[in-house]
Amino acid sequence: MNPADIKRWIAAAEAAFTSSKDLDDLKIARLAHLGDKAEISLASRALGSLPAEEKASAGKIIGEGKAAITDALQRATLKLEAERDTKVLLEEVVDITLPVDRAHRGGLHPISIIKNEISDFFIEQGYSVEEGPELESGWLNFDALNIPADHPARTMQDTFYIEPVDSGMVLRTQTSPVQIRSMLDNEPPIYMICPGRTFRADELDATHSPVFHQVEGLVVDKGITMAHLKGTLDNFAQAMFGPDVTTRLRPSFFPFTEPSAEVDIFFNGRWIEWGGCGMVNPRVLQTCGIDTDVYSGFAFGMGLERTLMVRHNVTDMHDIVEGDLRFTRQFGVGL
Amino acid sequence: MRAPLSWIREFVEIPKNISVDQIAEGLVRVGFEVEEVIESGAGLTGPLKFAKVLTIEEVTEFKKPIRYVGLDCGEKEVRYVICGATNFAVGDLVVAALPGAVLPGDFKIAARETYGKTSNGMICSSRELGLGEDHSGIMVFAEGDVAIGSDAIAGLEINDTIFDIAVNPDRGYALSIRGIAREVAGALGLKFVDPIDALREVKFENTGTGVSAKIADPATASVFYLRTLSNFDPSARTPMWMHQRIEKMGMRSISLVVDVTNYVMLELGQPLHAFDKSKISGGLTIKRIGKAQPFTTLDGQVRQLDPDDLMVCDDKSPLALAGTMGGQSSEISETTTDIALEAVRFDPVCVAKNSRRHKLSSEASRRLERSVDPSLAEFASARFVQLLTANSSAKHVATVVAGEPRFAPVIKLDSAFIPKLLGLDVSPKEIARVLGIIGCDVDEKTFEVDPPSWRPDLLTPTDLAEEVARMIGYDKIPSILPPRPNHSSLTPTQKRRRAISAMLAARGLAEVQTFPFTNQETIDQMGFVGERAATYRIANPMSDELPLMRVHLVPGLIEVAARNISRGAKDFAIFEMGSIFRSSQKLVPAVSPLIGTRPDAKTISDIYGSVPPQAFHVAGLLVGKNEEENWQGKARAYTWQDAIAYAQDILRLCNLEWTVKRSDFAPWHPGRCAELIVDGKAVAHAGEIHPRIMAKYGLPERSVAFAVGLSALPDSQIVRPSSVGTMPAAVQDVALIVDAKISAQEVEQALRKGAGDLLESIKLFDRYDKIGDGKISLAFTLTFRASDRTLTGTEVSAMREAAVSMAEKATGAVLRTN
Repeated sequence: MNPADIKRWIAAAEAAFTSSKDLDDLKIARLAHLGDKAEISLASRALGSLPAEEKASAGKIIGEGKAAITDALQRATLKLEAERDTKVLLEEVVDITLPVDRAHRGGLHPISIIKNEISDFFIEQGYSVEEGPELESGWLNFDALNIPADHPARTMQDTFYIEPVDSGMVLRTQTSPVQIRSMLDNEPPIYMICPGRTFRADELDATHSPVFHQVEGLVVDKGITMAHLKGTLDNFAQAMFGPDVTTRLRPSFFPFTEPSAEVDIFFNGRWIEWGGCGMVNPRVLQTCGIDTDVYSGFAFGMGLERTLMVRHNVTDMHDIVEGDLRFTRQFGVGL
Repeated sequence: MRAPLSWIREFVEIPKNISVDQIAEGLVRVGFEVEEVIESGAGLTGPLKFAKVLTIEEVTEFKKPIRYVGLDCGEKEVRYVICGATNFAVGDLVVAALPGAVLPGDFKIAARETYGKTSNGMICSSRELGLGEDHSGIMVFAEGDVAIGSDAIAGLEINDTIFDIAVNPDRGYALSIRGIAREVAGALGLKFVDPIDALREVKFENTGTGVSAKIADPATASVFYLRTLSNFDPSARTPMWMHQRIEKMGMRSISLVVDVTNYVMLELGQPLHAFDKSKISGGLTIKRIGKAQPFTTLDGQVRQLDPDDLMVCDDKSPLALAGTMGGQSSEISETTTDIALEAVRFDPVCVAKNSRRHKLSSEASRRLERSVDPSLAEFASARFVQLLTANSSAKHVATVVAGEPRFAPVIKLDSAFIPKLLGLDVSPKEIARVLGIIGCDVDEKTFEVDPPSWRPDLLTPTDLAEEVARMIGYDKIPSILPPRPNHSSLTPTQKRRRAISAMLAARGLAEVQTFPFTNQETIDQMGFVGERAATYRIANPMSDELPLMRVHLVPGLIEVAARNISRGAKDFAIFEMGSIFRSSQKLVPAVSPLIGTRPDAKTISDIYGSVPPQAFHVAGLLVGKNEEENWQGKARAYTWQDAIAYAQDILRLCNLEWTVKRSDFAPWHPGRCAELIVDGKAVAHAGEIHPRIMAKYGLPERSVAFAVGLSALPDSQIVRPSSVGTMPAAVQDVALIVDAKISAQEVEQALRKGAGDLLESIKLFDRYDKIGDGKISLAFTLTFRASDRTLTGTEVSAMREAAVSMAEKATGAVLRTN
């Protein structure tokens, strides 16, 4: 066996492999240099007829030669496969800008979004979120809140009554009856908010709706002061309208609070009336059996529609109540 | 309530360096919302002169009446102007704008040729001068009212600032210049001169017999001043200054007597009523009329009196609806010479009821129903006599008084209470000072506070706390967060609702909120019957078309869907969460315990029990295609399966188990509605909406809906998971032929039961309904697994056979062999 032959075969194989243009070319080259009829294969097969003393050294040389050729083939294969992949995958290019969004767009109603946001804010402060019936007892909606029987708010011009009228059953005009229920059912300390749907006999127009939503808050504890009310409202206003908002309390009148105030916010360069608030009238606390020598409390209430309209610059109430998907979908889920 | 600054200044000395804005801000700070600041005379420059009409030439050749008027403006020559108004005669005095004047709206007056004449100025109406809305004619005065040729801007006190102020219902005293001026003084730290002080010294001698006065029931009125005057010359005219002030307040000048009553009411806050004494027979009594009868009020309306109406009556008949409006029969007229002037502190509730029963809100009732200072009956009626006698020939004859004023009791105040409630350090001295500003007498030793007569709203220490807070300024109270309570979270029910909403929104449903009102036609149209159709009726509904409370959410969703379709939407899905109001219980008469103390447990329970339960539901409506169609291809229509899947997903989200059964249930298609049952209770329905309803509301055919009664769902139980086995699973398929009437659920349940405890899962992977002969094929994959060993082939075959044999027994299934 002539080692020079082996070297030549290896060189020839390497040349053939590296010059192959593609994997098909390489296949032909492989058959030529590693196939049954390749010179190195023939030499390998001829080993058997060699004398025993030559067999070992010739076998070693041939084995090494085969390994070198196989190695060369391997390198060429990897290179050509990589070339092929690049080319083929390039041909598989698609237009990924095509619209693929087929699902209907869902979303939450913006009032739900605001309600959730407010609930989360107050839960984080340790308040509970309370609820109550919309069709409510007049005693809980009015009397217990120190709204006397002859108060204008109780007339049919303002309040929806359920037949028979002597049942005193009303569509609640405020979420305040939930405060009363809360105080009747629980011992202080009470820290709660009650968001919910409320009703007033208004005509539907750009800024009013007979069906709307409020959130009220109530705190009853030892040593609660009007300063605590202000602190809570400042915090709440900033959560709703951003850190730059400022609040102003304006003396006002509500039968269920004393002192009472309107809450204004300075937002987008002007003062806007946001809600009402005050220290819970002792008469209301006493009606719920709360000892006013020990406890005091504050309460506040805002309209959710108003909050939404101010914050998002919604100018027409119809958009909020009509359920037109083009309006609602803009809010997504409020993120 | 309007308040001209010129009038306020009579009672408060306001330094010149205090601006209008500062006054308005001060009012807001102490609780009086300034809705508008009207600059009267803004944009008006002279010359504006009072002039006498010398000649009138009617110019007739035009479509409308035109007058060519000769005026004496105090000039050498007669000035001629063209005028379109006709409400004046030769000898009247008018206001003339001369060339060079500019009227509000940048209306420049110049000499000009018009209607074939030269007009050297203009005769003005009050609207043209920006003084009011009255455009019925030009302003007319009589000789002696004003001086010819004098400056009308000064004469009419045109240049003024008028505040339009919202007065809260507990502050009736501020429906007067006296009240507003006191607040301005308090807010700005200025001295207030109470006009009452000067009236305390005014006394009138009785020179004859006056009309008698009586209060039948002291509960209806505390004090009644009746002043009789005679010798009045009905041709007397209202002085210019009074006329102007009344007009600035937004009222009309009518006649001297009526104007003086109104002027005094505006100034002091006490409504007065003047009767023509010659029309009174006998004396005056305040009483409830007792029987229904017709009564004609000043406005000419005939009103049917209620027996409970409080009236001022003479010996024969009612003369006035107390505190609300006078009657026509005793009205001051052009021939009235003798006057009976009534000033009464009526009970606010009586007046409010009078006013409400007759839907008649007057300047008088507005004040009286908010409580009027009980001392004012005396002083306001004195002021009337003072003003009327000073401006006419009227003479005081006699004053008769019935009853006496009742004042609010003294309040015992703990001076530490106020800082404690406000969270603001206020010294006792400061408290006493501030309460003094609003008119309280404070004994600084005992801190007994005697509220002023005009503040019937001050009854408790808390009321005083508000006064102190507002006069010091709410802005002085610090902003502090309250002590932080323990941790809180949403309730499980609230978490459920949130999760359901979030899931539906994420899966393409948009939430809507509809009004919870409906009508009988809708209830019938939907096919609701029995207790599902029974609901509550609103006594005074928003619209007669929607007098009932809703019994289901789907009708509202259908309405919203129809609205969206009418606006161009085609394929969409919506949902709503909310209460429904089936009348599950009869309403009982109201339970209304007195307030101030806690009602007993039974009363509270009766009140709670009187409120009917209101179920909380979620419902969805799926319309058209289940996704948008685009270049990727067509979309399929929503089907009953989608609706059922949503209902099941809601139950699954709540970690509940359920069974399904077909149900004939409105408003669904009787053959395509699934009822989902949890713990034996039907909690949800889903499927295709009844075709009749789809057609009626113009929705696409085969729209589908689901509704889940969330308040009917049991609480989720705490999860106790079984351990997860790592042994291999054995999977077996079986295909069964069953009668088409047999439900897949029945077959599955039988297989499950027969397969035993080692069955991990079962899944229907094929349903073939083309076999014919009323049969279908159902093919299931059964997965078995043991936690402790690999199942042998023999074991698995045995379990499979047991499952199939149970299905054969229970449902008549036959194993499919081909």
